[in-house]
Amino acid sequence: MSDAKQILYRVRRYDPARDGAPRWQDFTIPRTPGMTVLDGLWTIKQTLDATLAWRASCRMGVCGSCGMLVNGRPRLACNTQVSELGADVVALAPLPNFDIIRDLVPDLAPAFDAHQALMPFIVREDVQERENPTGEFGQSAEELEHYLQFSYCIKCGCCMAACPTYATDPSYSGPMPLAQAHRYNADTRDEGFRNRKETLAGERGPWRCHFAGECSRVCPKGVDPAKAIQLMKRELVLDYLRLRRAHASAPVAPKPKDGKRRPDVPDAPARTV
Amino acid sequence: MLKVQGHPNRLGVRGWAVGGRWGLERYLYTLHRLTGVGLILYLLLHILVTSSRAFGQAAWEAAMGRVSGPVFHAGEYLVFAAFAFHAMNGIRLVLVELGFGVGKPIEPVYPYKTSVDFQRSLAVGSLVLAGVLLVLGTLDFFVLD
Amino acid sequence: MRDQKLWTWHVLAGLVILVFLGLHMTVMHLDKIFEAETLNPSDGKPIDWANVVARGKTLFFPATYVVLLAAALFHGLYGLRGILLELGPAAGIQRAISVLFVLVGAGLFVFGTWAAIMSHGLAKAL
Repeated sequence: MSDAKQILYRVRRYDPARDGAPRWQDFTIPRTPGMTVLDGLWTIKQTLDATLAWRASCRMGVCGSCGMLVNGRPRLACNTQVSELGADVVALAPLPNFDIIRDLVPDLAPAFDAHQALMPFIVREDVQERENPTGEFGQSAEELEHYLQFSYCIKCGCCMAACPTYATDPSYSGPMPLAQAHRYNADTRDEGFRNRKETLAGERGPWRCHFAGECSRVCPKGVDPAKAIQLMKRELVLDYLRLRRAHASAPVAPKPKDGKRRPDVPDAPARTV
Repeated sequence: MLKVQGHPNRLGVRGWAVGGRWGLERYLYTLHRLTGVGLILYLLLHILVTSSRAFGQAAWEAAMGRVSGPVFHAGEYLVFAAFAFHAMNGIRLVLVELGFGVGKPIEPVYPYKTSVDFQRSLAVGSLVLAGVLLVLGTLDFFVLD
Repeated sequence: MRDQKLWTWHVLAGLVILVFLGLHMTVMHLDKIFEAETLNPSDGKPIDWANVVARGKTLFFPATYVVLLAAALFHGLYGLRGILLELGPAAGIQRAISVLFVLVGAGLFVFGTWAAIMSHGLAKAL
């Protein structure tokens, strides 16, 4: 790695109004200590080319907006320091496997559609309790661990960009939606396994995952979608063989009997819906 | 949903092999497919050729005569090599794809240890076993002949 | 239900193949290393007619050939179908591939089973 004062940004540009196909454009900008890939993009926009487009919001690896292909690997621009790349060139392209809307902005809508189709929320049969809750659903710390890792997903799309199956097959749900389906299947408060199975048992299920493992290698949050998908396959195979033991669904936790409410804590506001 | 007409950017089949800076398991994935396609195409021909034994000795020896010679011998060796890899990597895949050897869900703490890392020893082990099988096969095909 | 069922059988068939193709490969291609004379009673190559007859006389070999045939055809054709469908062809072509593979698989299974039974009868008569 060089300690040069300048760094070359090679950025994939695409303007649907002007360009027939994406093209590369080079920018040379000052290199500063602790500079992230995202910092460099801001510098380009402020000093060299105001038309450069990308998505970003939180700039601290929480919102999942700035996923892009950084030197050939899907990463978060905000979470990647230029120095850790160990290269003199920062090559930036939009996440592959998604249509390019403009410059570094991919169209993630297909991933969100697949995500939505797999019911990424707690499904309960006791509709009365769900609509008018009388308390919390109880869950042990051990039960929490069955899905906690997968709940850190920020839907940035890096895993989808790295998946070799999703690279050829748009009808495959992809690692993010499948991992989220398992995150809810593995939640003891959830009763939606049967409902999700209607999609998961078919061709949009995990069956086109062959453990290339790339989703887990690129995930910026350590969510490990490949692990979730394999654990889900086991559940579905056991279900087919009628060997699956469904988890008991978590009951409403008993309210604590002793203890007094602190006088300085106000009541919750009235429900609006 | 907002509909936009973007520029297509799918990696396609290219993504199976040259997607970028990928890991060992992705190349095993590609090799598993290549060897699998080779083996099933061989099987289809193999069924037709070896069924000639039902027609008696003359038909059998004629069929075996047509598939003899150094080219077919080398081809058979490739089939054996494909079998050695596909079988040993297949054992790993059965275990891993049923969620064994990938580790339990954990609290992700940086640097992340993923399911790929958990099963890496299985991947290396299956490659070693495939290598041992291939050495035995090579001896049988070319040395002890 | 479809892929959940088919993939489960794909894995189970893979395990069956592992056992019987392992045996088949040992007999055919590792015979000199393991000196598998009991499987190849006449000296010479495993594909010599005398050895084909010797294996055909038993009940074990023709029976396991049929099991291996079914497992290998299913495992291989389901795998190849998966690879082809993952290339994202049009829905009509996907259906055509599925139908074609079922026909090819069933046809070759019937033919191979017939050959195994016929050659068993032939070997016993010799």
